[in-house]
Amino acid sequence: MIAEIGEVVAERTYELTRGSLVRYAGASGDFNDIHYRDDIAASVGLPGVLAHGMLTMGLAVQPVVDWIGDPGKVLDYTVRFTRPVVVDPTDGATVTVVAKVGALDDSEIRIDLTVTYNDQTVLGKAQARVSLA
Amino acid sequence: MVVKLFLVPVNPDLQGRVFPPVASYLVGREKIREFARAVFATSPINMDPDAAKAAGYTDVVAPPTFPVVVQELTLQQLLAEPDAGIDFSRVVHGEQRFTYTRPIVAGDELTATLSVTSIKTLGGNSMVTASSEIVDAGGEHVVTAISTLVVRGDDA
Repeated sequence: MIAEIGEVVAERTYELTRGSLVRYAGASGDFNDIHYRDDIAASVGLPGVLAHGMLTMGLAVQPVVDWIGDPGKVLDYTVRFTRPVVVDPTDGATVTVVAKVGALDDSEIRIDLTVTYNDQTVLGKAQARVSLA
Repeated sequence: MVVKLFLVPVNPDLQGRVFPPVASYLVGREKIREFARAVFATSPINMDPDAAKAAGYTDVVAPPTFPVVVQELTLQQLLAEPDAGIDFSRVVHGEQRFTYTRPIVAGDELTATLSVTSIKTLGGNSMVTASSEIVDAGGEHVVTAISTLVVRGDDA
């Protein structure tokens, strides 16, 4: 596999719906009301129902997994949650992931992720270290 | 007379506290598939045991963020700790990290142990960093899941 620092290795767009949030709630066990109830989201001052941060983190690494071809090659994955993703009941939310090579040596590669929603990044310092072995 | 009420801050004595291991978690193949679909995973190694075996695994491999399911059990311990002073309704997830020794595969029986590695106060908010070390049935390290929770100190 040939890659160089700064190279974009994968790019993908995800369409989140309220259904996506319900599915993630069930799969993860995170049933916090703010991820499916507009009234509760509003009552705590949120602009709407939010995607689980861990859903955004979980999907953002998938282009990397597909590029390397094996989910077991991810050695380390870290993110900061900097902005919420508001999922509209009818229009949903579009999240875009761009995966770029941040660092590289003989045994592993660091992929830096830029994850955006509404033209703003929602994750900070999102990095996955991947084994080349 | 003006009475000022101050919220109970996160207990700084939590730093360094190690909790008892939670009951073990048996990783099922269908749970991995369910989680994989929920995070939009498309790798056949998450879904198809034959594809996983062809890649050298004993069964389907969990997506990189799957350990959150096991870690969640430990975070419940932290939130329930009587002297912690952590009000769940004020908690925002600030950072998350997973550091692997090996991938999780279906059939693993995992046990997680939580420790609070850091408590910091920043502008009225508390930042609690909790590390959950997840080991397999043989006691070998699999993955460490680290969360930083931001506990808001006021209504700002």
